[in-house]
Amino acid sequence: MSTMTRTKPEAPAATRNLVEMNWDPITRIVGSLGIYTKIDFKNREVAECYSTSSIFRGYSIFMKGKDPRDAHFITSRICGICGDNHATCAIYAQNMAFGVRPPALGEWIINLGEAAEYMFDHNIYQDNLVGVDFCEQMVKETNPSVWEKAQKTEAPNAALHGYRRISDIMTALNPFTGEFYREALLMSRLTREMFCLMEGRHVHPSTLYPGGVGTVPTIQLFTDYLVRLMKYVEFMKKVVPMHDDLFDFFYEALPGYERVGQRRVLLGCWGSFNNPDVCDYTYERMTEWGNAMYVTPGVVVDGQLVTTDLVKINLGIRILLGSSYYEDWENAETFVQRDPLGNPVDKRHPWNQTTIPKPQKRDFQDKYTWVMSPRWYDERTGDYLALDTGGGPIARFWATALAGKVDIGYIKATGQSVKIYLPKTATKPEVEFEWKIPKWSNAIERDRARTYFQAYAAAAALYFLEKVMAEVHAGRTKTWSEFKVPDEAIGCGFHEAVRGVLSHHVVIRDGKIANYHPYPPTPWNASPRDIYGTPGPYEDAVQNTPIFEENGPDKFKGIDIMRAVRSFDPCLPCGVHMYLGGGKVLEVRHSPVFGPFGK
Amino acid sequence: MAESADEIVVLWITAGLGCDGETIALTGATQPSLEELILGGLPGIPRLVLHNPLLAYEVGEEFLAPFHRAARGEIDRFILVIEGSIPDETNKPEGYWAAFGVDQQTGQPITTCEWIDRLAPKAWAVVAVGTCAAYGGIHAMEGNPTGCMGLADYLGWDWRSRAGIPIVNVPGCPTLPDNLTETLLYLLRQAAGLAPMIPLDDQLRPTWLFEQTAHEGCNRGGYYEQAEFGEEYGSPKCIVKLGCWGPVVQCNVGRRSWLGGVGGCANVGGICIGCTMPSFPDKFMPFMNQPPGSLLSSHAVATYGRAVHALRRFTQASLNKEPSWRQKKPVQAAGSDSRNR
Ligand code: SF4
Ligand code: SF4
Repeated sequence: MSTMTRTKPEAPAATRNLVEMNWDPITRIVGSLGIYTKIDFKNREVAECYSTSSIFRGYSIFMKGKDPRDAHFITSRICGICGDNHATCAIYAQNMAFGVRPPALGEWIINLGEAAEYMFDHNIYQDNLVGVDFCEQMVKETNPSVWEKAQKTEAPNAALHGYRRISDIMTALNPFTGEFYREALLMSRLTREMFCLMEGRHVHPSTLYPGGVGTVPTIQLFTDYLVRLMKYVEFMKKVVPMHDDLFDFFYEALPGYERVGQRRVLLGCWGSFNNPDVCDYTYERMTEWGNAMYVTPGVVVDGQLVTTDLVKINLGIRILLGSSYYEDWENAETFVQRDPLGNPVDKRHPWNQTTIPKPQKRDFQDKYTWVMSPRWYDERTGDYLALDTGGGPIARFWATALAGKVDIGYIKATGQSVKIYLPKTATKPEVEFEWKIPKWSNAIERDRARTYFQAYAAAAALYFLEKVMAEVHAGRTKTWSEFKVPDEAIGCGFHEAVRGVLSHHVVIRDGKIANYHPYPPTPWNASPRDIYGTPGPYEDAVQNTPIFEENGPDKFKGIDIMRAVRSFDPCLPCGVHMYLGGGKVLEVRHSPVFGPFGK
Repeated sequence: MAESADEIVVLWITAGLGCDGETIALTGATQPSLEELILGGLPGIPRLVLHNPLLAYEVGEEFLAPFHRAARGEIDRFILVIEGSIPDETNKPEGYWAAFGVDQQTGQPITTCEWIDRLAPKAWAVVAVGTCAAYGGIHAMEGNPTGCMGLADYLGWDWRSRAGIPIVNVPGCPTLPDNLTETLLYLLRQAAGLAPMIPLDDQLRPTWLFEQTAHEGCNRGGYYEQAEFGEEYGSPKCIVKLGCWGPVVQCNVGRRSWLGGVGGCANVGGICIGCTMPSFPDKFMPFMNQPPGSLLSSHAVATYGRAVHALRRFTQASLNKEPSWRQKKPVQAAGSDSRNR
């Protein structure tokens, strides 16, 4: 239950009776997140939304003056669930800055490690955290009629996953007591073992280095990975159809559910899994090797693929202020005037950012968050787009599908879909899954893509294993290339953190870090209103989300809002606050948690 | 919710300056696993009633309710777990570095420090998980703006809970998953009266987990002894020259591996960067340089190690030969080539 405050019926334009409700912290995500809403119960929708974070740590500040080779060890600690994505991205940026190209084997090992991270993280998030929003206990408490219906609805794919009715799936998702919940937890350990085989430790790797990896590439190592991978592949054959059944049921049981968490299709993906045959880490050839990645980078606007060019993606990044607790850096140093290709680099680009924190009171009319507002400048229109990642998978699939570049046997991007082929496993025959471009960018489709991407990561790992074995069998067992740290250099790394776009930008002077800015997915998704007044993705996806929950204001759990927010897989100590606009001054009264309404 | 004798409440705050890595490690542990603790799967051990933001069913104030109840003294016996380092909220005119929930009266966030002040005096035991919470860690690196510190720096190193238990530190960046659940298990056992006071060293670490060095548990120790040092990452030999601090760092990762018997640091090719230590990270940086202190010792071991290695090679070669009386030729002599190919 939330905390609530009744507002006075007022404002002629609205004549809406709005109830302010907040949930702070939002649980079942990584990091501290709060949600403040004003809800129109009569019209059953959320009125407006602001987004805020509650923790500042200051990486960009304390990394200054440090040895650039330490960057991946340090930045891994940004995130406790996908730290390795940061370590990997930092290494990509270091490789560029140091001018080093790892041996192919080192690159395949990183790809296998990162594939395992996707398999682990999407799995635990989807089935142990998001899944609870769809479990028996939750559905009973929020939508008893949906529970009724679930008990009468046969699961179309029952033969594939073993749950006869939709309600059986929901029961299996109950926290700790649910059978599937516990199975997912076990699988999340198996995939973490796979991860540790490649990168040493979860979640802050021990074996990643600029220039490659320290992992010892024995036959045994890859056998250990393979046998675990095949268990996961078998698990996928049940998980994908099970989630399809569950998600399709929500559209059917609650007509209009597609509007929950829906926003304009504005997706960014920075690409994942480098191809060592093409990737030499030079900025000059970044367009080419970016296009050879096994998840294609891309910006998708209103269903159109704007670009797959990492140079364009890089130059379009802008870090705006507006509602964040920082001072502007207009007068600070410009570190990079032009990129290595001679293109001008904006003052608001991460290479040129200077972080000047200014802690202050939370004020929704002014500054209310520690998150800045990353935007992507669309040179076609002059717009600063508030791209989202949709929690990662939906953007990766959308860009990869439209680009139609990936074709590796186990995976094929067709131009409008992505086909995933999983071979026979111990007890299940081979299958082909197809992720098709959905009609909406909404909560259900973000969640669905997450399940499919688990299968994608497994399929990609099968391919990487083939490549690895070819190297090992040919006796090419070097995993690391030597390098020297230059006195002056710049670098950038692009990767997909589990929950979406990740970039690291470094400037090296006198052999030390002069400037460093990591941009993980959550600042994109959880960004506040920028200087131009454009709301961030959560803010706009939750605004106008319809309310399907059957509870009235006094027992309201906000489940539809939770599903909308969690579909983005928020992961950063950050917060979302939703607020009513219109410049109205609301009478704010607070009631005790379980106390009578509006007292 | 008055807790019964066969359960114990854990209030877990992740809102220090951290990364939530310990909570994630918690879900990865197998010895014991989280399910075993929560579902009461171990004999005689009280069931653990966990309130942790990552895993909670509840949201917002409903999730915070037990924290507020504990602060009011309404939960008899609870363990407070702190994850992330503790910022200095006094080093700036206003605002906050770290907060957890919101004060419903003022609309302003409740700082993590405020929660610690409210809850620590009422807790049966307080556990600082991860190097950040224990000693400050990465976020307390030189040049940080938040002035953050470990919990014992904040509460005082002599601090005792109302049950007389010192702060329990479980360092590691992140903590080894099983170190985390095993320490909780010890405390549950102690709470049930089945174990004496948890044994801690002067840095408040459980002694049985941290009394040995990473080097003493490293499966590459044999290479060290023979003075075989890797010159490149990816080498199976001892990696001390590539930056491994194992010989002086207290950590059991070599013995325990990372998870399910898999992974780790030096044992799988990753230099030890001293992530469990109070001086982490500053005294270990730059990480990829050879630790200055190891120059002498790795040099000292060289003469002895090379001699021993040469002798062993000699013996090994002899042991690789079957005894002279064993038949070395195929039993069926010439003419049966096809069978032997
Ligand atoms: S690799 Fe590190 S921990 Fe292992 S033997 Fe060498 S110095 Fe010791
Ligand atoms: S071996 Fe070193 S780096 Fe690895 S977990 Fe232990 S202290 Fe940390």
